[in-house]
Amino acid sequence: MTATPDKEFVNEIIANGGETVNMCFQCGTCTASCPSGRQTSFRTRQLVRMAQLGMKDQVLSSEELWYCTTCYTCTERCPRKVAIVDILIAMRNLAVASGNMFEGHKKTATSLIKSGHTVPINDDVKAQRAALGLAEVPPTVLASDKAKKDFDKILEATGFNKIVGE
Amino acid sequence: MAETKSKSKSKAKSKAKAKYAFFLGCIAPLRYPGIEKSTRDVCNALGIELVDFEDASCCPAPGVIKSFDRKTWLAAAARNLALAEKQGVNILTICNGCYGSLADAAHELNHDEELRKDVNAILAEIGMEYKGGTTVRHFADVLFNDIGMNAIKKAVTNPLELKVATFYGCHFLKPTDVKYLDDPENPRMLDDMVEATGASSMFRKDKMMCCGAGGGLRSEFSDFAMKFTEENLKNMKDGGAEAIVDICPFCHLQFDRGQQELKGYDMPVLHLSQLYALAMGMDQNDLGLDAHKTPVKL
Repeated sequence: MTATPDKEFVNEIIANGGETVNMCFQCGTCTASCPSGRQTSFRTRQLVRMAQLGMKDQVLSSEELWYCTTCYTCTERCPRKVAIVDILIAMRNLAVASGNMFEGHKKTATSLIKSGHTVPINDDVKAQRAALGLAEVPPTVLASDKAKKDFDKILEATGFNKIVGE
Repeated sequence: MAETKSKSKSKAKSKAKAKYAFFLGCIAPLRYPGIEKSTRDVCNALGIELVDFEDASCCPAPGVIKSFDRKTWLAAAARNLALAEKQGVNILTICNGCYGSLADAAHELNHDEELRKDVNAILAEIGMEYKGGTTVRHFADVLFNDIGMNAIKKAVTNPLELKVATFYGCHFLKPTDVKYLDDPENPRMLDDMVEATGASSMFRKDKMMCCGAGGGLRSEFSDFAMKFTEENLKNMKDGGAEAIVDICPFCHLQFDRGQQELKGYDMPVLHLSQLYALAMGMDQNDLGLDAHKTPVKL
């Protein structure tokens, strides 16, 4: 099985916010610093190298791409000032655009579409809020139809609903 | 002459009462309302005026939403920044996720006219524009740097004798090219703020390790997230921590609920605002502790 390198892949990453992807010289400080790599098969350096080599299909379908918590330890320690988290986010954006997303994440994105918040409101918290003397419904998009409509228009303009598939 | 002028200007500014739009986010108002309540009470007591941030949405979340589509993340964040700008106030957040999204988005938009033009083309759909004038501050930053430790020590009427594991979270200090508040590897800020109450901040292994919740890990790979959490909890317990104090409702949730999921841990989890409400002698019923899954007995 031979993989055909996609030479455009790095340019796509650069266009999506990962401008420093070609700066990496593979020292491995990122992997050694990564709290996720300590627990999982996630190898930061490897993913960046795969990006440089144009291994688009492998990167965009990899589960490991989603094991980063965006703690920024790698970015802070990188001797080449590679904005590693931005590169991973760019690759995640490309993965999602190609239809690769997980159910748990889709649920969070769907909640944002539905209510303008990533966490849904419920009766328990309404009661807790009232007991504390707070407004039952926080004074956010949750309390204003006009604000929610405005918020919806922003998501429509960016095509977020289509991206999420809702 | 110019120097005198600028000096008197900054003096006048420091005398004015600090006023912020209180950005609630999602987890605090919808899962731990006691954090919202304590923040309002503590700010009120320290002379910080919080106005309601009406019509705000989720920041949006830097983990899942930014990972899904950077453009949507930036446009929705810009709407929040523009709402505050229209009110003529800067933003105060109580969550590292909100701080991460809003401060990062403001950093990008306030310094890049071209990018602002692109985003404003989207905001024009709802008749809004972001001019690039909003500053985003974290509650802990405002208290430490503007109110100061002396004023906070004076406000403590109920000194606490507690051995505390301070938990900074990730997006409060990092990335440092956007917000340099303290050394990201060996900070003191939160430790000093906790010790101002009479409590002591304990030493432990890997103090700056991530809680595990962020980046979409908790929502899809919660077993992995929990491994981060357990390692942190073990290091806290080994060091003799009696309580965990955080400045982020998502870290707060991860430790509060995580301890119940893991079993064997029972360290109360408090947001800094709740710790301060307690130390300032406010009514414990106003801390919203019934929303906590790990019981808080202090």
